[in-house]
Amino acid sequence: MKKYILDLKVLSNRALNQNHHLLELGSDEPLPVMVPGQFAEVRVDGSPSTYLRRPFSIHRVDRGANTMHLLIKSVGDGTRHLAELKKNDSLNIMLPLGNGFTLTRNSEVLLVGGGCGVAPLYFLAEQLFRQGNKVSMLIGGRSAGDILLAGEYRAFGNVYLATEDGSLGEKGMVTAHSVLKKEVSSFKKIYCCGPDGMMRAVAHIAAANKIECEVSLENTMACGIGACLCCVVETNQGNQCVCTEGPVFDPLRLKNWSTAVETGCSLDQ
Amino acid sequence: MPGLEVKLHKLTLKNPVLTASGTFGYGVEFDDFIDVNALGGIIVKATTSLHREGNPYPRMAETPMGMLNAVGLQNKGVDYFVENIYPKLLKYNNCVIANVSDSTVEGYVEVAEKMNRLDHIQAIELNISCPNVKEGGMAFGTSCPSASAVTRAVREVYDKTLIVKLSPNVTSIVDIALAVEEAGADAVSLINTLLGMAINAETRRPVLSTVTGGLSGPAIKPVALRMVWQVAKAVKIPVIGIGGISSATDAIEFLLAGASAVQVGTANFTDPQTTVKIIAGIEDYLRRHKIAEVKELTGGLLL
Repeated sequence: MKKYILDLKVLSNRALNQNHHLLELGSDEPLPVMVPGQFAEVRVDGSPSTYLRRPFSIHRVDRGANTMHLLIKSVGDGTRHLAELKKNDSLNIMLPLGNGFTLTRNSEVLLVGGGCGVAPLYFLAEQLFRQGNKVSMLIGGRSAGDILLAGEYRAFGNVYLATEDGSLGEKGMVTAHSVLKKEVSSFKKIYCCGPDGMMRAVAHIAAANKIECEVSLENTMACGIGACLCCVVETNQGNQCVCTEGPVFDPLRLKNWSTAVETGCSLDQ
Repeated sequence: MPGLEVKLHKLTLKNPVLTASGTFGYGVEFDDFIDVNALGGIIVKATTSLHREGNPYPRMAETPMGMLNAVGLQNKGVDYFVENIYPKLLKYNNCVIANVSDSTVEGYVEVAEKMNRLDHIQAIELNISCPNVKEGGMAFGTSCPSASAVTRAVREVYDKTLIVKLSPNVTSIVDIALAVEEAGADAVSLINTLLGMAINAETRRPVLSTVTGGLSGPAIKPVALRMVWQVAKAVKIPVIGIGGISSATDAIEFLLAGASAVQVGTANFTDPQTTVKIIAGIEDYLRRHKIAEVKELTGGLLL
């Protein structure tokens, strides 16, 4: 898919909680074709300590309105700067980058997201729903305030929740949720995005139950287009760039990913 | 229209803007963003005699106005390059230069010999300055006898333009430059990355898997400019300036310091169109200053 560098306009900036913002972006020109799981590299202007672009999953695309959304988690100077963008600000963006999820048709699928790992899953849930799949979502967080956008995902199917403190949904790790136990074999495919430990645990559950799985990896990137070779992950075919070979991978391709994760995972990272 | 052509030994470049090895892949990664043929030339990712996996992740740390990398020369080896990558480079009609590295003199010679047979590779850049490999790389570029030995050995088997890329991690870069000139280099390019380090205070661990890595980006520009100026005064062969170049003004500063051409590196990551913007900016500068040819700028620093 052809990649573009565009100056998009901020249409709105909605705070989801203290650390997460949803940026709505638009353009006078038609936005490029993008698929769920792809990402964008965003230039951070006016933040002296931020030299490199920041990668974000494409959260949502509205073809009719010619708009797209990015879910921004504030973790450092660059992302904090992006979280402060206002309506009509301009944002320089490179997209669409990487490979998307493999979309099934007329099947039964589970999407598992932890923390801001829900970012690519809205676009995915919407497309899977449109392709006739029975979609279920499992979203986890430390506490009720960390569960992002659960209400919006209900438009596409069942939403299951887990919080570590039990303030919303089942108490405990997302990977210990009951939907991943007995019922899990009803799913033909599991899509997952979240902290590394969570994705490894979900990948293991999928492998143990012989369910197809795809995970979307996060990695420190410089170029986002396979030129710098900084964002590698160890695969069965050697080191590969997350930006060009991923960010979506079948975990069976990733080295040491099919082994059991003893401790489950904490979202506190 | 001002003349942008420059000469580097036997090479004629349509303009003085090249891409730094390791920051531009094999050119094709940038086809969506720029006309790669508009550049003076491209220097592709380093090639070694054998396949290299490179270093474990994490390989990168952002720093103020720059970044550290510890990629470690990941590439599939020279035979794979000849068979699978070289054919993709034939579509470029500007100057295509291969960057050659290894851990032994024999390895450098093997890669250079194989590159010598590729008509479309018009020059090689000998990388004796990579700080991210345990053996070879920078080890060759930090002493005059070893820099001289590897240059001399490659010179014997390589007929076309031989550029040697110098490490800044030395006491006197001028001495190394003179040593490789004497050993038969046709040009020198400088600087490769500066050895650096990043620590995560919260975890008390180094950020990079290799602990140390190579610093690049605008942060290193003043050091690079100083070294280019010193080397250009000392050697008779052309100098190619590298180090944090992100704008036409940066490029012109390097030319004034004595460089005949420049390489754009880390800036390709933040803006893949940097190189073509720099070419347009140089042209604009020449017009504003009523300078007929860009080569008149080389060494034009007023003291």
